[in-house]
Amino acid sequence: MNPAATSSSLPEVAQPVLDVRSLSASYGHVEALRSVDISVGRGELVAVLGPNGAGKSTLLRAIMGLIPNHGEVLFQGNALTRRKPGAAATKGVVLVPEGRGIFGPMTVLENLELGAYSVGRDKKEVERRLTSVFGLFPRLKERFKQTAGSMSGGEQQMVAVGRAMMADPKVLLLDEPSLGLAPRVTGEILDTLGALSQSGLPVILVEQKAPLALQLACRAYLLSLGRIVATINPREVKSHDELAQYYFA
Amino acid sequence: MTSSPSTTLPEARSAVQTTRLPLATAAVWAVSAAIVGYALIFGGYAATIISFALIYAVFVSGLNVFMGLTAQVSFGQSAFAAIGGYSSAVLTTTYAWPPLAGMSAGLVFSLLAAWAIGFPTLRLKGHYLAMATLAIGLITYEIAVEWESVTQGYLGISGIPPLGIGPFEAVSDRQILVVLSVVVLVIAFAVKRIQHSRLGRSFAAVAGSEEAAATLGINVARTKLVSFLLAAGLASISGSLFVHVVGYVSPEVFGLHMVILAFSMVYIGGLGTVAGPLIGALIVSILPEVFRGMKDSQDLAYGIALILILIYAPKGIAGVAGAFDARRAA
Repeated sequence: MNPAATSSSLPEVAQPVLDVRSLSASYGHVEALRSVDISVGRGELVAVLGPNGAGKSTLLRAIMGLIPNHGEVLFQGNALTRRKPGAAATKGVVLVPEGRGIFGPMTVLENLELGAYSVGRDKKEVERRLTSVFGLFPRLKERFKQTAGSMSGGEQQMVAVGRAMMADPKVLLLDEPSLGLAPRVTGEILDTLGALSQSGLPVILVEQKAPLALQLACRAYLLSLGRIVATINPREVKSHDELAQYYFA
Repeated sequence: MTSSPSTTLPEARSAVQTTRLPLATAAVWAVSAAIVGYALIFGGYAATIISFALIYAVFVSGLNVFMGLTAQVSFGQSAFAAIGGYSSAVLTTTYAWPPLAGMSAGLVFSLLAAWAIGFPTLRLKGHYLAMATLAIGLITYEIAVEWESVTQGYLGISGIPPLGIGPFEAVSDRQILVVLSVVVLVIAFAVKRIQHSRLGRSFAAVAGSEEAAATLGINVARTKLVSFLLAAGLASISGSLFVHVVGYVSPEVFGLHMVILAFSMVYIGGLGTVAGPLIGALIVSILPEVFRGMKDSQDLAYGIALILILIYAPKGIAGVAGAFDARRAA
């Protein structure tokens, strides 16, 4: 990380819920992530920004153990040691993948119920979580028997976020939730994420639309070529020009 | 239907499930029952053809679990049919085991083999998995040919006792048809239950996106292995049923032809549907008989008929019926 490009006046994360230390990952011989450190605490929404190919999605996939990686991922102070695909999710680290990853032929309800896969046969708990998700996204309750693939992009994103919430996440990771969405729908989704964060849920938001992400984030990490090149205090970024300075620094 | 805000979710869900009878799917089952009923009434050659179709329906049901529900590809399921078939044949003829015990032993051997093969193989995806499983089928075929001290090579094993439990033996065409029909119905019921279970939902998630499934805490490798074991188990049962119905087994039975036929059946019946394996097996088995009068053009007519079905019903017969029912229910 280049300290010269780091905002001053960034408060320390008192007790990180998720603490990523020196995380590296490669695709074959191509090093996609190089010794990345980021953290998120309770009630924080942190943004990970950067151009295409910077390693933003790779970072989330590495945290989830979906790709081979080196480094440490501490969740609530304990290392996620069994870094197999699915292991992070069972601990409460839940990812909404890029492109949403919804199951198109399944209904909204079936998609949501899959989110509560780890609950097992406890139907009451599944119903409780469903009620909570329908409170967040009432439109999903209206369309719960519609196949998810036949919904609009915005509604599909609601299904994706709703399905992640069904897992009762302790940390929520989102990969480009605004991708392919109209500005109004994007605003709606991001408002919900802001509300979730304010309710105490730590959120890591990977986003290309930096101005949107900075409106919500308490801290932003700028990735370039797999490295964190700046840590930004969004309150200090007053204009697009100032943001551009971080990108080109 | 849109649930009103006052409707609780369980109420709304049960309302969805009981809205309308799936008439088209019921029609597929009714046609299948009529075909089996026809064979039961008239017996003879028709009963033989339908018996083989029902045995294939068991095999294809397994393939359907692995390919249709879990979206994986295997060209090697014939290997497990061979293990089941040869286990039954050897244990009942050489060691005088009762058929059910031989079949059960074959099932255990098949599951052990599927576990040993699936554990490393299922890390592969797409074409690589298809090629690896094809190789397993071919290797098993070669073993059946070369291991003459046990399999008697191309000569095969004859004198295999008929299906039976205790004093009951299914000897006549009609008895065999009844036994096979019961087996197919039990398997269809089990597949339906699996499809709507937690395991079935994990199959569907893996079929949709392995990565998305993993982010939900689903153990993708284990889910694929369980699906592979189920498919292998059903293949093994079909292999055992075949040898007890025919009374003879040789390596050719479990060759590549079996795999190609099963693929035709699963696609024509409807991949991922419960009724698909049965109706697919019946259609693919009956069509050559329908065109038998065309002599030299028989194969051509059979091929054209299969292509036409796939053009006009790309989701298979049961798939089209399911889509029709879903539209009615919407």
